[in-house]
Amino acid sequence: MKDFIIPWDDDRDMGTKAVQGAPVTLTVDGFEVTVPEGTSVMRAASEIGMQIPKLCASDNLEAFGSCRLCVVEIEGRRGTPASCTTPVAEGMVVRTQSSKVKKIRKGVMELYISDHPLDCLTCAANGDCELQDMAGAVGLRDVRYEAPEDGSLINHFEQRQGDQPNPEWIAKDDSNPYFTYDPSKCIVCNRCVRACEEVQGTFALTIEGRGFDSRVSAGGPANDFLTSDCVSCGACVQACPTATLQEKSVIELGTPERSVVTTCAYCGVGCSFKAELNGDELVRMTPYKHGEANRGHSCVKGRFAWGYANHQDRIMNPMIRDSIDEPWKEVSWDEAMTFTANRMRGLQEKYGRKSIGVITSSRCTNEETYLVQKLARGVFMNNNTDTCARVCHSPTGYGLGQTFGTSAGTQNFDSVEHVDVAVIIGANPTDAHPVFASRLKKRVRAGAKLIVVDPRKTDVVRSAHIEAAHHLPLRPGTNVAVVTALAHVIVTEKIYDEDFIRERCDWDEFQDYAAFVSDPRHSPEMTEVLTGVPAEELRKAARLYAQGGNGAIYYGLGVTEHSQGSTTVMGIANLAMMTGNIGREGVGVNPLRGQNNVQGSCDMGSFPHELPGYRHVKGDEVRALFESKWNVKIDPEPGLRIPNMLDAAVSGSFKGLYCQGEDILQSDPDTHHVQAGLAAMECVIVHDLFLNETANYAHVFLPGSTFLEKDGTFTNAERRINRVREVMKPKNGYADWEVTQLLAQAMGADWNYSHPSEIMDEIAETTPGFANVNYEMLDARGSVQWPCNDAAPDGSPIMHIDGFVRGKGRFINTEYVATDERTGPRFPLLLTTGRILSQYNVGAQTRRTENSIWHSEDVLEIHPHDAEVRGIKEGDWIKLASRAGETALRATLTDKVVPGVVYTTFHHPDTQANVITTDFSDWATNCPEYKVTAVQVGLSNGPTEWQREYNEQAARSRRIQTAAE
Amino acid sequence: MPHEKLTRMANQIATFFATQPGTDQAERVAMHLNDFWGPEMRAELKAQAAEDDSDLSPLVKEAIPLI
Ligand code: SF4
Ligand code: SF4
Ligand code: SF4
Ligand code: FES
Repeated sequence: MKDFIIPWDDDRDMGTKAVQGAPVTLTVDGFEVTVPEGTSVMRAASEIGMQIPKLCASDNLEAFGSCRLCVVEIEGRRGTPASCTTPVAEGMVVRTQSSKVKKIRKGVMELYISDHPLDCLTCAANGDCELQDMAGAVGLRDVRYEAPEDGSLINHFEQRQGDQPNPEWIAKDDSNPYFTYDPSKCIVCNRCVRACEEVQGTFALTIEGRGFDSRVSAGGPANDFLTSDCVSCGACVQACPTATLQEKSVIELGTPERSVVTTCAYCGVGCSFKAELNGDELVRMTPYKHGEANRGHSCVKGRFAWGYANHQDRIMNPMIRDSIDEPWKEVSWDEAMTFTANRMRGLQEKYGRKSIGVITSSRCTNEETYLVQKLARGVFMNNNTDTCARVCHSPTGYGLGQTFGTSAGTQNFDSVEHVDVAVIIGANPTDAHPVFASRLKKRVRAGAKLIVVDPRKTDVVRSAHIEAAHHLPLRPGTNVAVVTALAHVIVTEKIYDEDFIRERCDWDEFQDYAAFVSDPRHSPEMTEVLTGVPAEELRKAARLYAQGGNGAIYYGLGVTEHSQGSTTVMGIANLAMMTGNIGREGVGVNPLRGQNNVQGSCDMGSFPHELPGYRHVKGDEVRALFESKWNVKIDPEPGLRIPNMLDAAVSGSFKGLYCQGEDILQSDPDTHHVQAGLAAMECVIVHDLFLNETANYAHVFLPGSTFLEKDGTFTNAERRINRVREVMKPKNGYADWEVTQLLAQAMGADWNYSHPSEIMDEIAETTPGFANVNYEMLDARGSVQWPCNDAAPDGSPIMHIDGFVRGKGRFINTEYVATDERTGPRFPLLLTTGRILSQYNVGAQTRRTENSIWHSEDVLEIHPHDAEVRGIKEGDWIKLASRAGETALRATLTDKVVPGVVYTTFHHPDTQANVITTDFSDWATNCPEYKVTAVQVGLSNGPTEWQREYNEQAARSRRIQTAAE
Repeated sequence: MPHEKLTRMANQIATFFATQPGTDQAERVAMHLNDFWGPEMRAELKAQAAEDDSDLSPLVKEAIPLI
């Protein structure tokens, strides 16, 4: 049927899922169609543009067959089967519009409508309601059932019937901040329940009761949506064909009339969304079904937490001040740029070329990051550029670079569908990478096994219909010992993949490594005392990973943010190589990156020793390439990393910083030290949406634009380059790349980009992995995974297929070395830090949305045993102290943490958990050791002196001079 | 930068390379320092070592002339 082209909207609902199988040919209303075996009749019809009426079916859910609206006639079969649950067969002859099925459909619709309030004109779903559409499609013209006055025919939608309250009527539940549940409009199609189970994997919804009494329910009778297990992902809202589950934004603003496909700016999953608007007013974000990272799903942050873009705290005008004791003064862009350029140049004249630097953002686009590092290298004329990836995944870069030859994660997210054994190390995907977690849980429900290595009993260890085969609850800081012990078991029990090692790695080198790792000091029995992981459990986990089929390792910041972060990454790479779990679908080493563009900011040369594409600045050839492009001389020596910049500031040699879209004062460890460093600088430029914590020490504030207000690209954790599109014009006047360009121009650079696509073209010209990337191709394909060049014109979903990037994979000895951060009598507990679902990183965005309803403050998780000996009860104010500093917050008692370990998040500046964290860091990359701090916990009666002083200073520093002053 | 911090960072690097096979550990420590530390930090380390290298691990001492 190739000659039969209908200009349909290509994200229409095909009714049931696509399947794979041998071709089967049938006819639908006389038209021939060939589809894979196992396809439903409904989908086959849809393939040729015939939309069979339906209500309970949706192509992201398993067919359910409850509404009977989709009936068809099939030659040679009795009755009228439901097309959504009937698979195609060779030679089948289907009729979708016989008088018989038309009559049935009308009857079905008539019944539905008789129990539905007909307030369509004022309903929030008006124009976006499948019930309405279906009434139209079946030609429903009248409803013969009518409730008799005496109330003998009861309905669900009238609050009162006659003069009696209607017992079937249930009030609207608007407890969730983002959507409402109005039971009076429910047709009990079950789509929400199935979406919550199948797509999200939370199992928060059920259908209670039977027949006429059946109702959708979130949790038990005492629960509403907010108090249930619901994580507010919105999958049910999207699935609901009626206004029963409805976004509050649509209720308030009306149904959107246009949409633009773009990419979520929160986490490293990089979900694609349709931003739906009226004019330039955003009404809702709907996950885009052709987004290859998320396949039509999203989490609460991306779908709902975009209100910060219009928050009253957002700063729209540039501001300057001479010193940080003064209030801010609003100025024109011109004045701000002149002021800034003069200051920065002045500092260089006075203190030298290397006295200033930049911090690029993992929140900003590739193009913006590229420009910021170019500003350092080509305008400041030094390599003082770093990025917040320093504090999260720099060890991944080093560790995988050493073993495989590239820092790239090896798989795409789709690969999880082929995993047999998933090993999650130091990552909490249900909170930090929710959409990936949903896809993983789906695979686990289908039979894949799960091994979790984490000090905490995270939600993936055990939740609805998921249970990890093995949870190794290690003591924080002992990752290397555990990973090496896993290798010990695999090597000594000879369950490694010898063929793979001989072919893909260096066999002699492996022999050396095997000798190292076989030493009894690495055995699980010997390491148990250090790690706290039961030896037998560890042995079983090692056997399962080595022998359970496709084994994939997913890891997060619990691996990298340690003094041996890089070593653990190498240990993980060793495990994957020795078991042959590299180079095909369903396996691999997958770093789960935190922020949306951590991958991209690393790719773009943000690090002080690397030009874009991970090429060391000492390389003459690479430097020559950029020198001829930029017309400058590039410094061949590495510049300063963030911690080095702060150290240099304290000692007086580093004086000026341009910080784009990062809040180092809140996000970086050892707040006191960061504070001291910033306070010692003479020109701190903060380029952000809000007056963040770092801005308390800034002299220039340049207002930023949101991801909705600019063009560009983000690269997600699977190396996928996704387009970010300008959905509305920048409210602050300029997109962030324009602001950087203005600054460069003010400092005398001849930069003339007129659109981010030109920046991408420059990236493609200079960076081999991006050689074939351009906006035209991204618009046509949707997205592409780098490397994308002549060798891989369609990009590279999976790396190291025929051989490692570096040639032979390299085994590296991973000796456990205890961190210097040790518990002792003064600080007997170990603190580890992390995140939760509803808040994002420093929380600057999410705290300015309704998401705070789920997490309004950071709390300390402590085991009941540790709490009891300290006299701490649930909700008590406690003081948390380390050798770096102290802060106060509330405690919650939970056995998610083991005795001896406490846990908190760092989303709120009031808590400043980083006052506690120390300046210890990864040996190779200086990635800070966030995950282990020795602390003491004791009762307190409220915020500490330091917290009060800090808040006062912040309030003073945030004053903005009004025009009248 | 405080003396002990620089010492600690250098020693951490040496601790890793000390566990690697081969005879070129000092060279590899030096290479790591050259690749990842800016010239100022390297100079500082050298100056410190010249003054008092008692806290530096043997491998760092061996590497010093190579950076
Ligand atoms: S929002 Fe998500 S988690 Fe909550 S009930 Fe709906 S599908 Fe389930
Ligand atoms: S709430 Fe919506 S999706 Fe759920 S059963 Fe009712 S109508 Fe269907
Ligand atoms: S925060 Fe992450 S998982 Fe959630 S919608 Fe955005 S990209 Fe997807
Ligand atoms: S759509 Fe097929 S039975 Fe509901």
